[in-house]
Amino acid sequence: MHFAFSDEQLQLRRAVRGVLEVECTVRALRDLGGASREEQALQAAVRWRALAALGLAGLLVPTAEGGLGLNTVDLMGIFEEAGWWALPEPLLESAGVAAPMLAALSPAQPAAGALHDLVARDTPVALGGIDVGATGPTSPTTVSADGMLRTPRVAGARDAEVYVLACRDPDSGWQLHAVPARACRVHPTATLDRTRDLSTVHWPLSADTLLAFGIAAEASVGLMVDRAATGSAAFLIGLGDRLVVLAADHARERYRSGQGFGDLRAARYLLADAKVRLELARPAAYRAAWSLATAQPTASRDASMAKAMASDAAELAGRAALQVFGAVGHTVQCDLHLFLRRTWALCGAWGDAVTHRQLLLAQTGRMTARR
Amino acid sequence: MDLTFDADQEGFRAEARAWLAAHVPTEPLPPLGTPAGLDAHRAWEAALFAARWSVVHWPVEFGGRDAGIVRWLIFEEEYARARAPRRVSGAGISLAGAALLEHGRAAQKERFLPPMASGEEIWCGAWPEPGNHGDLADVRWRAVRNAGGDGWVLNGQRAPVAQGAVAQWCFCILRSQGDPESRGGLSCFLVALDSRGVTVRPIAPMDGEAGLAEILFEDVEVPDSQLLVDRGPGVSIAATVPGAGHGLGLRSAAPLTEAAARLIDLFRQRGSPAWAADAVARAQVNAQATALHALWTASKAAGGQLVGPEASCNEIFWSEADVTIRRTALALLGPEAELLDSGSPDPWLNGYLDALADQIETGTHQLHHDVVADHLLGLPQG
Repeated sequence: MHFAFSDEQLQLRRAVRGVLEVECTVRALRDLGGASREEQALQAAVRWRALAALGLAGLLVPTAEGGLGLNTVDLMGIFEEAGWWALPEPLLESAGVAAPMLAALSPAQPAAGALHDLVARDTPVALGGIDVGATGPTSPTTVSADGMLRTPRVAGARDAEVYVLACRDPDSGWQLHAVPARACRVHPTATLDRTRDLSTVHWPLSADTLLAFGIAAEASVGLMVDRAATGSAAFLIGLGDRLVVLAADHARERYRSGQGFGDLRAARYLLADAKVRLELARPAAYRAAWSLATAQPTASRDASMAKAMASDAAELAGRAALQVFGAVGHTVQCDLHLFLRRTWALCGAWGDAVTHRQLLLAQTGRMTARR
Repeated sequence: MDLTFDADQEGFRAEARAWLAAHVPTEPLPPLGTPAGLDAHRAWEAALFAARWSVVHWPVEFGGRDAGIVRWLIFEEEYARARAPRRVSGAGISLAGAALLEHGRAAQKERFLPPMASGEEIWCGAWPEPGNHGDLADVRWRAVRNAGGDGWVLNGQRAPVAQGAVAQWCFCILRSQGDPESRGGLSCFLVALDSRGVTVRPIAPMDGEAGLAEILFEDVEVPDSQLLVDRGPGVSIAATVPGAGHGLGLRSAAPLTEAAARLIDLFRQRGSPAWAADAVARAQVNAQATALHALWTASKAAGGQLVGPEASCNEIFWSEADVTIRRTALALLGPEAELLDSGSPDPWLNGYLDALADQIETGTHQLHHDVVADHLLGLPQG
């Protein structure tokens, strides 16, 4: 029993922080909201290359495939940092979810090609077509009138050259595809979080792009959901940490500058409560990562626990922070909104807390049999 | 990171499980408030001690096994799983015992620890209600140097004190004379409840489980040998008696896990009503998260880090989860919830009252929030 990160893991996390504190400042996030498409793409590419230089894109990819050959546990601190800085690029989707799936299906094509894009060409991979419902993964992909498939809410399509897309047919089941961007029509979607890149993608169904189908695809999708839930839990914990620290700094500043602070007691209690929930969510997320890394039979259950805990904790941190900031917290003058928007977006992505609790309850037969 | 228990730890678990299976009384012990109940609880403590299960995390010389914090957690898990009796010495061991191990002189440890672990001497704890910041500013609790200069004179009053009616010794935290305003300067004393000037008045609690008492100190003389910490630098009880390495503050999640498992059974017996599904699932998540946080904190402590504020996080979450589990159970019981003797093997109603009382007993909920606000967030105290 050794429930802690290694020095190497902590070192890698520090290195990521070193990049993000330069490349992903509040200023950069604010600029992103108003920048032109070209400027956005340039910023995104610079940031992504800096992270890719640390090997992050291929972190879960075996060394034989050009990756770092590390595991989900190694990623957790990195995702916490990404959350803290509200990284706009699809690190979770590319490195945390798509990459290990592609690596598992490589060297068969088109998985190997997509993986090459990610690991060797430093281009992120977009991901879409998988939602999490109370009875398991579902696909929002539908067939359009023109015969193309239509997948809403694809993450990271703006800067990717390969899209990993899923669809599910009631009769034949799941299919996973790696589709070149040039074959798709992409419509960016306006979302609450302007720094988050979501699009509706129209894509042609083709045997050339097929990664997996049927039972193999279903197993891949299940694993992708567990990885996404676990990774987004870490992301949310990082966001929650930032929200609490922003609010605590604000409370200290107001107190120091002698402004009336009759509600300091309330602020202390609210923020302490949020902090407690974040601290309790953290080991649950790490546990899920360890279960994935070591292929434990409880991995799905642990991922659901992690996402349920982290979503609730981060959401509470957001409300506590808003309460502490007061009216100014609701304005875009205040930095808070940058982190609040992402928090709210990620709370619902990959299954919200209630959904994961329902998934978990359905599995409790197995859970109590564990001992 | 490795979340598996090694062969030694699994062996320890198997040994504990086997012993508990063979020795845990099949019938619940009589209530603590009755003479027969007190004897039965003490006999159980003595049996645990004789087999070295009473204080597995303590050093061998005081009746423990030097088991370390992870094995202690394993034992607590097995203890809850075996549904073994409530520990009448539990509070003493986790509070006074931990403080003695942390701060006690050799003679104090030899004198007090073994009889505490065997149940021969039962301990309670008393300190004033936390003031504005849990800093024990209540001036009615005072320790003053005696005229001879070889001891102290204690005055104070506290009600209710858990186990006060059955305890022989009291672990007290109070402010010594000389620094009434300072946030530091808290002293810990070990007081025999048969000392002159001590009055113990039993109080009936809401849940009928006797043991509570009002404790009154009127010019109680205490020798220097019973001073444990002389004006320590802490700002709160939690900080004054850290000792997380000895299990204090860090609580095993095992009772929560057991309660959450029983809640699932109840939920299914009642036809798995949809309205309760989220709360029942939440109970499972909360219990598991608490267990994982305990292991996480234990690993930190084993690595030599101070974990006092983390333990406060655990405590806050633990006690809220506990209350929520029991409220959900009562909701599932519906109109039967108010029945005291429903023939149900799961005493949810008493459990609920216990859980509520627990939020107060373990240093109060508010106090732990203050520890988090001060030490983890660095917020001003106002």
